[in-house]
Amino acid sequence: MPELNPLSAGASVALQEAGHRLVCSGDWSVQGISGFRMRLDQLAWPKAGALVIDFSKVVHLDTAGVWTLHHLRQARQAQGLQVQLEGMRPEHDALLRLVEARAPQMPMIGRQVPRQSGLQWLGQKGWHGVEQTQGMLHFIGENVVALLRALRQPTHLRFRHILSNVQQAGFDAIPIVGLLSFLVGMVVAFQGAVQLSRFGANIFIADLVGLSMLRELAPMMVAVIVAGRSGSAYAAQIGTMKVSEEIDALRGMGISPMELLVLPKLLAMLIVLPLLTVYADFLSVIGGMVVANGQLHVDAYAFLDRFDDAVKPATFLFGVGKAPVFAVIITLVGCYSGFQAQGSADSVGRQTTTSVVQSIFLIIIADAIFAIASSLLNTVFK
Amino acid sequence: MSAQPVIEIEHLAMRFGATVIHDDINLTINRGEVFAIAGESGCGKSTLLRQIVMLTPFNAGRIRLLGEDIACIGEAAAKRLRQRCAIMFQGGALFSGLTVAENVALPLREHTNLSATEITELAQIKIALAGLPADAANKYPRELSGGLKKRAALARAIALDPEILFLDEPSAGLDPLAASALDELVLQLQASLRLTVVIVTHDLDLLWRVCDRVAILGEKRVLAVGTMAELAASPHPLVHEYFYGPRGRVAKEQYGS
Repeated sequence: MPELNPLSAGASVALQEAGHRLVCSGDWSVQGISGFRMRLDQLAWPKAGALVIDFSKVVHLDTAGVWTLHHLRQARQAQGLQVQLEGMRPEHDALLRLVEARAPQMPMIGRQVPRQSGLQWLGQKGWHGVEQTQGMLHFIGENVVALLRALRQPTHLRFRHILSNVQQAGFDAIPIVGLLSFLVGMVVAFQGAVQLSRFGANIFIADLVGLSMLRELAPMMVAVIVAGRSGSAYAAQIGTMKVSEEIDALRGMGISPMELLVLPKLLAMLIVLPLLTVYADFLSVIGGMVVANGQLHVDAYAFLDRFDDAVKPATFLFGVGKAPVFAVIITLVGCYSGFQAQGSADSVGRQTTTSVVQSIFLIIIADAIFAIASSLLNTVFK
Repeated sequence: MSAQPVIEIEHLAMRFGATVIHDDINLTINRGEVFAIAGESGCGKSTLLRQIVMLTPFNAGRIRLLGEDIACIGEAAAKRLRQRCAIMFQGGALFSGLTVAENVALPLREHTNLSATEITELAQIKIALAGLPADAANKYPRELSGGLKKRAALARAIALDPEILFLDEPSAGLDPLAASALDELVLQLQASLRLTVVIVTHDLDLLWRVCDRVAILGEKRVLAVGTMAELAASPHPLVHEYFYGPRGRVAKEQYGS
């Protein structure tokens, strides 16, 4: 009967009768045999003759111990000794036979990773990029088709899903968007205050805050926050569904995953992002006003009076008009990344990261395109 | 050899809010036996298993695992205890980012001081013992069929040569041939490693073929414990229904006489 806790003492051996008898004792278990095999190989083995391995004093034996025994026997036989086992208990013997019977089926472990030349690597990366772009275009196409089909039959629009997405992506983001835009408004005003007060141009703080926030900063900041909050969530949700075959289940039921998962998110985001942008505009201007009052002694009346002159409706609309474009980028990149997940939890994590990185990247690219286009249009039409 | 209890459950009670899962469960499982916990779906079999292996807490009562009361043991003792038990989850729960061989090697790497060669060899022998084909070792779990996933999960479970092996629905989702091969495997391992095996199942073939003793759970309690032959003679209506339903009768005729 082995003890209840056989993990205490390790395995041990003693070589007797001029090296022709090996007395094994102790705990030949996975915990007991660490570093044991090396010690075995260093024993003073005889050059020839018989070797009896006496196993009667072994307290505990498991597959790891048996494997060590197997290895020991093979190594000694290879040296030219005639090895004989003695004192094996029936259950130990059964284990040894089981392990030795299965040993020939032992698999080779390790994947061969083919070596790549730089050119191969470049080619593969390039091809991967082409495939990604192709996949994204395919994905956009599928969504447009789903959208057109849904518009023809508005019952397919799933208003309930849209509303719950509006709540998650929009309503729940109100506190963080509000706080951050208020703070960014303040920061912009602080930075400007130092410079403007040197010229005595305090009142232009309204121009600075109004134009920079409404045109550029508020829409982009909202888009970045929402990409981090909701775009990543979309990727993780769809990625997990993909890995656990839920997407296949939907397809199998004849429900289009685009229609159920992507369209509601897209439509909700198209509603939510412009609204959040307006809200961010509002709070960032308030933040600017607080600083103007405190640092530059421009009170709210003076600020708003100047603000009215400085900021044209076109400026405001230009900022808010970018929001739907950002909304499309965030949703499509997030969902597409999710659909790209394959097989493992790792892949869901990777795709979630990709979704955030790519959508922020594309948001900034789109913003730059807007800025360049507007400046070109201004020069052309004036 | 006298019966030596490895798991003792006394007056175990468990409820989620108003739903009572277990109400006064008493069980003793002895060293070296193949013990099954059976019962209809939703009777709390898997919950009981998770409670024994310290994954789900319980409200009242006592569980002694390998002589230690699991409700009041420290972090270190719990860790030692966990190394002496192994669980094969129903879906396999293989780590999806690792190959089968890496999955099997993980507990060896974490809990022993063996050299990398020895760990690789032990992982190889465990994979061979679990009856996986040689080419499966370097595959990722997603590339395996359901049956092979189960075998890989078994290989991982026996990686540290545990004293108690818990199997959650080992035959679910397997074809009859694969299921009986898995039964054989469990019996062989049990005989040669002197494992205690605790199986949660409702596979009647498995109950008849493999298990020394069976506990039938129902009505939030243990309805009956005993060998299959004893249980088949039990007068309790729910136990009776379990054995004399259409599938129960076929299995009984095949193995019972």
